[in-house]
Amino acid sequence: MGDGILKLEHVCKAYNVGLPTQVEVLHDIDLELDHGEFLALMGPSGSGKSTLLNIVGLLDRPTSGRLLIKGRDTAILGDDELTHLRGHTIGFVFQYHLLISAFTARENVMMPMLADRGFPSVELGKRADDLLRQVGLERFGSNLANNMSGGQQQRVAVARALAMNPDLVLADEPTGNLDTKSADSIFELMRRVNRESGTSFLLVTHNLDLARRCDRIIQVVDGRIAGH
Amino acid sequence: MNPWLPFEWIAAVRFLRDGRLQTIFIIGGISIGVGVIVFMSAMLAGLEANFIKRVLTSQPQIQLLTPDQIARPLHKSAGEIEDAAVQRPSQRVISIDQWPKIRGQMLAMPEVTAVSPTITGSVLALRGDASRAVTLTGIEPETYFDIVKVPDYIFAGEARLTSEDVVIGIELAKNLGATVGDKLNLQATGGANRVLTISGLVDFGNKGVNQRVAFVALRTGQSLLGMIGGVTTIDMKIKDIYAAEVIAQRIQAATPVQADSWIATNAQFFTAVQAQIYTNTLIRIFVGLSVAFGIAAVLIVSVIQRSKEIGILRAMGTSKGQILRVFLLQGGLLGFIGSIFGAAMGAAALIYWHAVARQADGSEFFPLILERSLFVYTAILATVTGLLAATAPAVRAAKLDPVVAIRG
Ligand SMILES: Nc1ncnc2c1ncn2[C@@H]1O[C@H](COP(=O)(O)OP(=O)(O)OP(=O)(O)O)[C@@H](O)[C@H]1O
Ligand SMILES: [Mg+2]
Repeated sequence: MGDGILKLEHVCKAYNVGLPTQVEVLHDIDLELDHGEFLALMGPSGSGKSTLLNIVGLLDRPTSGRLLIKGRDTAILGDDELTHLRGHTIGFVFQYHLLISAFTARENVMMPMLADRGFPSVELGKRADDLLRQVGLERFGSNLANNMSGGQQQRVAVARALAMNPDLVLADEPTGNLDTKSADSIFELMRRVNRESGTSFLLVTHNLDLARRCDRIIQVVDGRIAGH
Repeated sequence: MNPWLPFEWIAAVRFLRDGRLQTIFIIGGISIGVGVIVFMSAMLAGLEANFIKRVLTSQPQIQLLTPDQIARPLHKSAGEIEDAAVQRPSQRVISIDQWPKIRGQMLAMPEVTAVSPTITGSVLALRGDASRAVTLTGIEPETYFDIVKVPDYIFAGEARLTSEDVVIGIELAKNLGATVGDKLNLQATGGANRVLTISGLVDFGNKGVNQRVAFVALRTGQSLLGMIGGVTTIDMKIKDIYAAEVIAQRIQAATPVQADSWIATNAQFFTAVQAQIYTNTLIRIFVGLSVAFGIAAVLIVSVIQRSKEIGILRAMGTSKGQILRVFLLQGGLLGFIGSIFGAAMGAAALIYWHAVARQADGSEFFPLILERSLFVYTAILATVTGLLAATAPAVRAAKLDPVVAIRG
């Protein structure tokens, strides 16, 4: 393999907007990401960053082109195989933290492991506590998601993204809703995880200051990669 | 988190608990539906059991009578009919032909548990200035009490029937101003006349019957009615009460007598029960449907409300099947929990109603029958209804496109 964690070849994405008309949102995207790399994705609103992230995250399929995750072509995988691959290789952090409100912080962190194993266990609980400690929230485990500040919720979301020990974390404007200080600390948290455990990151951000602290910046404009 | 509960259970329970008000309201709705069904079914079963018990201890299950006397058309010769209009003759009270032989045949049948010959006719009961027409029944107490539990219905005195005794209905006693120990003059239309001692008063819980009923020993009855050695009916008890009609028809085909089963005699009651069962079934179906629609509506709303969370779960590696089961389970759980509360409500209403509702004579309106099978059956039915109702919302949740859900 040796292809790195992620490889996109000529990826296009078109949406059907009323049957005869198709709108192509992504055009001929080529992109590679190495193991342990921390990549920033920038670009104006509507340029296709989230669309690209959804495709990389196996939530959506490209209209054409190839997507390889750890050297595996994903086009031939069925729905359940995609779900499995996603669960085991990719973690998500979204802009609007999107924790599950019926669950406590600890349970939210456990969720990906629980969905994978089927049953909870002491071991999963320990891992969740561990992750909460990593993001500095060990005392908030039993708080319901709704009873936490935005910054805290986003930390929980980061912990949750790391639960399955993914090779790649996709973060779509994770700091877009936070004040500068919280944004900075979330970013530092991700950077630290990246350094310590070699997890690759693909970070969509409008914050040039944060982007500059990444390994590489890629600009997406009108569905094309405009520059490095 | 309970380590033994699978992911789907944990998620389903949390979602239900999180949507507190919706959950409480829908469980309330299900409980009322289930409660109504439990209450209605148990009360109907009680009323039916009560009636059958009454009928079966106060009536023979099969009664053999002399066949209807019919006039044969007069024939001139070779099949030509003299007079086409055939009038129904008046029915004389006559004895069953060769009744001891028929009794023997009946006793030989394995389904039959008791056989008792009786004689019935009308006599006049006289006491002082009062006179009343009564239906006199001459019986063999040993066998007859096995079929009609006269001793169970004794209001005063005892069910003693020597040749000098008579047991009469309480209304009749009232009308004649007589009580236990008094003498009673019985006069048959044929002119025969006996003075007997009232040994007991019976109350069959039916005013008409209580006004006319009078039991004497078989021999006394025979001599009063002028039919020495004769009987007018043979009363029988059988093992399986619901086989009565079939057995009666078999007897009628095999012997010259007419055989009436308690089922045919109480046809009205069975028509009423059948009608009740139909309405009961209809009510169950419609209650079930409205419960199902209620559950489906609540879950659809829940799917829409939680579409973002469902998208997140999918992004976190939850499979479509898991999402499907989370929502199916919610439906099943709602049905099950609702059925438990509903069964409790139904049982409580039943116990209350049982305590409050009384018949005219102060006895219970219906016996309290709380069979476990009714509750088990209801719980299973409600759970299955919940699962079925949840299929549409669950499929919708499973099909949700996580991209749309998360962006939404
Ligand atoms: N399901 C869809 N159907 C049709 N068009 C879509 C759909 N999803 C996205 N688009 C379009 O694709 C384009 C790219 O959207 P996308 O969300 O990827 O942009 P973005 O770069 O993430 O923007 P932002 O910075 O505002 O998040 C937009 O023009 C959007 O309207
Ligand atoms: Mg976006």
